[in-house]
Amino acid sequence: MFPLCLTDVRFQPNGRAVLAGVDLELDGEGISLILGPNGAGKTVLLSLLAGLRERHGGELSWGGRLQPSERIAFVFQHPMLLRTSVAANTALGLKPLGLPTQEVQRRVVRVLERVGLAHRAGDAARHLSGGERQRLALARAWAVQPRLLLLDEPTASLDPSATEAVEAIVREIRTEGAKILMTSHNLGQAMRLADDVIFMTEGRVREHTATAKFFSRPQSPEAKLFIQGELPWRIAFND
Amino acid sequence: MFTTLLEALSLLTHLDAQVVGIVSLSLQVSVGAVIIGTVIGLPLGAWVAVSEFRGRAGVTVVLNGMMGLPSVVVGILVYLALSRSGPLGSLGLLFSPTAMVIAQSILVTPLLAALSRQIVEDVWRDYAPELRSFGFSRWQAVTTLLYDCRFSLVVTVLAGLGRAMSEVGAVMIVGGNIAGFTRVMTTAIALETSKGDLALSIALGLVLIAAILTLNVIAHGLRQWAMRKYG
Amino acid sequence: MAHRFQRLILGIALTFGIAAVQAEESIVLSSTTSTDQSGLFGFILPKFEAKTGIKVKVVALGTGQALDTGRRGDADVLLVHDRAAEDKFVAEGYGVERRDVMYNDFVLVGAKADPAKVKATGDVVEAFRRIAAGATPFVSRGDKSGTHAAELRFWKEAGITPRDWKDYKEAGSGMGPTLNMAASLGAYTLADRGTWLSFKNRQDLEIVLFGDNRLFNPYGVMLVNPAKHPHVKKEAGMKFIEWITSAEGQTAIATFKINGEQLFFPSAAKR
Repeated sequence: MFPLCLTDVRFQPNGRAVLAGVDLELDGEGISLILGPNGAGKTVLLSLLAGLRERHGGELSWGGRLQPSERIAFVFQHPMLLRTSVAANTALGLKPLGLPTQEVQRRVVRVLERVGLAHRAGDAARHLSGGERQRLALARAWAVQPRLLLLDEPTASLDPSATEAVEAIVREIRTEGAKILMTSHNLGQAMRLADDVIFMTEGRVREHTATAKFFSRPQSPEAKLFIQGELPWRIAFND
Repeated sequence: MFTTLLEALSLLTHLDAQVVGIVSLSLQVSVGAVIIGTVIGLPLGAWVAVSEFRGRAGVTVVLNGMMGLPSVVVGILVYLALSRSGPLGSLGLLFSPTAMVIAQSILVTPLLAALSRQIVEDVWRDYAPELRSFGFSRWQAVTTLLYDCRFSLVVTVLAGLGRAMSEVGAVMIVGGNIAGFTRVMTTAIALETSKGDLALSIALGLVLIAAILTLNVIAHGLRQWAMRKYG
Repeated sequence: MAHRFQRLILGIALTFGIAAVQAEESIVLSSTTSTDQSGLFGFILPKFEAKTGIKVKVVALGTGQALDTGRRGDADVLLVHDRAAEDKFVAEGYGVERRDVMYNDFVLVGAKADPAKVKATGDVVEAFRRIAAGATPFVSRGDKSGTHAAELRFWKEAGITPRDWKDYKEAGSGMGPTLNMAASLGAYTLADRGTWLSFKNRQDLEIVLFGDNRLFNPYGVMLVNPAKHPHVKKEAGMKFIEWITSAEGQTAIATFKINGEQLFFPSAAKR
C-alpha cells in the first residue's frame, strides 16, 4: 500500500480549514515524524489516514489503490485501557482479527516481553503508570502486526526515562519492518527518532525532508521560526 | 402491634412452610424475569448506545419513558393478551407463574435496556476512536463494552431484580394470587393485609425488605471491590 | 460466553418447568374474594382433591370480574353469589349446569354506639333509610361484587340514590379493605358473615342487624360453557360440580366453622 500519496487533501468541518490542502508522499520504510505547533492539523491527519474521519476534498492513494491493503494500527495520545488485565488489554486489538486463542496468547506474550511489561501481565491495566500505559498501548498496536503504525504524541506526557523506553520500542518496531508515522512537537525527539521530518503549520505541509537536512537547512520561513523558537540558543543557518 | 410482630418473627424463625413457598416462588418468578430482561435488555441498550441511526433520540426517550411503566398497566395488557379470549389465549398461560414471568420481564427489560444504554454510552464516547481504529464491528464493540462495564451492569441487574420483586400490580392481575400456585410475597402481603391478618403480612414484608437491602449491599460492595481491583 | 448462555437457557427452562410440573389434573375455579377469604376453600377443597386427585386453583375476584373471567374462558368453573347475574350469564350462553350450592347471610355492621339507631329496626330497608337520614358514613364495596349488588338492591328498595347522600363512601375494593375503612371511620357497611367472622381488625364495629331474610345470600356453581370455549375442562369441572352438590360436598360445607360457628348452609337440590 505504499507509496502513500496525498494530494490537496482537505478537512473542513463547519467551514473551518483544519487541513487546508495537504500534499504528501510517504514511502514504506522508516520513521516519518510530523512536526509542528499545536493546531497544525497533525492529529487530524493521522485520524484521516486511520479511517476515523472522512476527508472533504483531495485524493488519497495507497500504492495506487483507494483503500489500504494491509493493517494499520493507531496509538492515541491518551490510550484508553479497559477495566481488565494488562494481557487482556494487549489482546484487544486482535479481537476483530478472529485469530485462534493460541496465536493470540503467543503474540501477547511476545509483545509484552518486548516492551518490558511481561511481569505485569496479570495486573489491572489501570494501575499502571503513565509510561507503562504508553508501553502497553504500543504493545497492543504491535500485536496486530501492522504495516503502518500511527503514533499521536506518544511521549508528550511522559518523563525522560519513560520517554526513552518508549522511543526504544518505536525503534524496534521500525526494525521489524513497519512504517511508522508519528506526530510530535518536540524537536529533540525528532532529531533522535525520525528518518524524515514532515513540517506542518495551519493545515498544510510546508516541508518534507530528511531529518538532518531539515535541521541544518530548513527551507520554509515557518520552519526556521519554529526551530528557533524551540531551541534556547540561536543557530546560524546556511541559506 | 407488638404481639403481631412477635407472631411474624415466629413464622419466620420456624420457617413456616407457607412462607417458604411464597418466598421461593417470588424469587423464581423475579429471577426468571430478570434473566430474560438481562439477555434482551443489556445488549439492546448497548446496541443503541453504539449505533447511529435516524430516530435514535426517539428510541432513547421511549426506553427511558418505559422505565416508569406502571406495573398495573403492564398487568392488564398481558392479561388481555394471555386471556383465552385474547390473541395468545391458546397458550393457556393465564393465572400461571409463566404469565407472571412474562409480565415482569416486560416491566424489567426496558429498565435494563435504558440503564445499560446510559452506562455504555458514557463509556463508548471514550473508547470509540480506539475500537474503531482496530476495526471493531458494532457487535464486537457491544460485547467488549458490556464486559468492561460489567460491574455497573451487575448493579443495574440487581436494581431490576429489586423492581421485579417489589411490584404487585402485574403479578396480581396475570397470576390471580392463587394459593400455593401463583401467590408471591407482594400479592400475599396485599391479601393478608386486606383480611386484617397482619402477622403473615409483616413476616413477608420483613423478608422482602431484607431481600432488597441485601441486594443493595451486594451491589454497593461489588462496586467498591471492582473500583479497587480494576481502577 | 457460551457457558453463560447455557446457564441462561437452563434458567428459562426451569421457570417454564415450574408450570409444567404443576400440570397434573387441575381446574381453575373463579370465585369471589369474600368466599375465598372466609377460608371455606381451604377447608373443603383438600377433601375434593384427596378424593379425585384434581387440584382446584382458586382465582378470587369480585363477582363481576369472576363472571367476566368465565365469559373470557379463563376459568373452568364459577362459584358466585348473585342470582340475577348468574341467570343472565346462563341466558347469554356463557354458563351451563347452574346449580344451587349453599347460602350464607349478609350482616349490617356499624359502630357499637349505633348513631342511626339501626338495631331497633329488624328491617334492612328501614335501616338503610335511617342511615341515609343521618351523618354517620356508610362504606360501600363499590366493586360490582355480589355484596355490592345486594347493597344496591336495598338502597333501591328504600327509594334512595346513595350517591346523592354526602356521607356515602365507595371503597372500590374487596370486603376486607372495606371493613378496614369502616372500622377506622366508625361507619356502617354491609358485609358477608364469612368475612366478618374472620376479620381481625374490628376496632369498634359489631353486627347491628341480621336475620332479615332479604339478607340471605345464595351461592350458585356452574360450568363455563364448553360450546363457547372448547378448551374448558368439562369432565374435571363437572366432577367438581357433582361433588360440591353431593351429600359429601354439602356435608363438608356444613361442617366448616369459624370460632365454632357455621358459616354456610347447604342448599343443593337433592338428586
